[in-house]
Amino acid sequence: MNLPLFRAHDDPGPRFTELLRRSGFDEMVTVDGSVPVEDYRHGTTCVAIRYADGVLLAGDRRATSGHLISHRSIEKVFPSDRHSGVAIAGAAGPAVEMVRLFQLQLEHYEKVEGTSLSLEGKANQLSQMIRNNLPAAMQGMAVVPIFAGFDLKREEGRLFEFDITGGRYEETDHASTGSGSLHAGTVVKLGYAEQMDAGAVTDLAIHALFEAADEDSATGGPDLVRGIYPVIATISADGYNRLDDDELAERTQALIAGRRRN
Amino acid sequence: MNMPFYVAPEQVMKDRADYARKGIARGRSLIAFRFDQGIAICAENTSSTLRKVSEIYDRIAFAGVGKYNEFDQLRIAGVRHADMKGYSFSREDVDARSLANQYAQSLGQVFTHEMKPMEVEILVAEIGHAEDGSEDQLFHILYDGTVMDEDMSVVLGGKTDTISDRFGDFDSSPTLKEGLQRAVAALAGDERDLAADDLEVAVLERGTERRAFRRLSDSEISSLLV
Repeated sequence: MNLPLFRAHDDPGPRFTELLRRSGFDEMVTVDGSVPVEDYRHGTTCVAIRYADGVLLAGDRRATSGHLISHRSIEKVFPSDRHSGVAIAGAAGPAVEMVRLFQLQLEHYEKVEGTSLSLEGKANQLSQMIRNNLPAAMQGMAVVPIFAGFDLKREEGRLFEFDITGGRYEETDHASTGSGSLHAGTVVKLGYAEQMDAGAVTDLAIHALFEAADEDSATGGPDLVRGIYPVIATISADGYNRLDDDELAERTQALIAGRRRN
Repeated sequence: MNMPFYVAPEQVMKDRADYARKGIARGRSLIAFRFDQGIAICAENTSSTLRKVSEIYDRIAFAGVGKYNEFDQLRIAGVRHADMKGYSFSREDVDARSLANQYAQSLGQVFTHEMKPMEVEILVAEIGHAEDGSEDQLFHILYDGTVMDEDMSVVLGGKTDTISDRFGDFDSSPTLKEGLQRAVAALAGDERDLAADDLEVAVLERGTERRAFRRLSDSEISSLLV
């Protein structure tokens, strides 16, 4: 691999995707016709909720290929840098690749420019990546993420929803994506209150994913046998923090105990 | 028809080397040294925005002296090289040695083939995973592509011999405080003092964070210097 030196007029600047293109990496492979839904993995339900200290991201752990469960412990919530995170739903392959590129893009920009992108700048970057995926989305391999972060200038949590065309929509309180998003979103909507604390918002997210798994076959519920719980992360002024499984197990048990019929 | 004058290749190379050395000696110097928790780089730099020391990758740092636009171009190329390598293979596969070789190739190429050599001297530092620092590396690369693998410390820029002598040797890896005090005294010399805002200090620190590179704030530098 050579040292990538460019002349001033065709320098890719701080954009990593542009650098890849100039260096001959072909990001996107397109095919004619659509890819059968059984032939690739699908990730499903994620929610994001704003709370007192920032914003929370949560996602279930199931991946499906058509009607089959293809993975029981896939992760759909990722840190994108120290103060932001992304949750993905849709075709798992392109989605995970998109997250990887997105993480790299944010770090690459920070190193080349010597300063971080603004939260809005980061959301716009993700928007462009989704738009670039549009040809694949038209063949069924859509990726629909939620982006959330702590805005260090405004000192508050913010969250953004997207559609497959790369449309970016900022939400004030909560957002959900994926096949179980209707059910999960309803639970969040009914249970939401302004300025919730970290504990209450975590319980709400667990509840939302639990109900979504109850109604939607592509969403995985908590797996007490294998000890698999949703991935939940909070993003506050202190940065991205993934909650550990012990805490989630305890909160899940409490939820289930409240539901059990005698 | 005009015949071009014959100039001996030795003379051409010597002229270019002199030119590059003069350019480098004009700027202020920097010291990189190993300490008990990693590698520290201390540069004399009055600007707080135009950096001499930067992050390349998780465990790799870059430092340059000489002409700013030239070493900054090399720094960005290094970030690009590392990020692309990490993207196409894995983060573990990015290493300082291969980057240092790339820099050497590129500088050597410019030195022999272009009109003007680059007036820069650069450093590529990497901390390994071994707790005792035995895998830490310091690569010093000159304007003509010469690469040197340094052991405990290295001085880049002008008056390197004097500064190295003043810095001296430590019997074992110093703490950051000890090393930094010695480095600042060595850069300053006897006639003047350097304060935190004349300095740019960054460290590669062994710890739990993936990205080991960290800049020291002025207040942190001040507290280490007393």
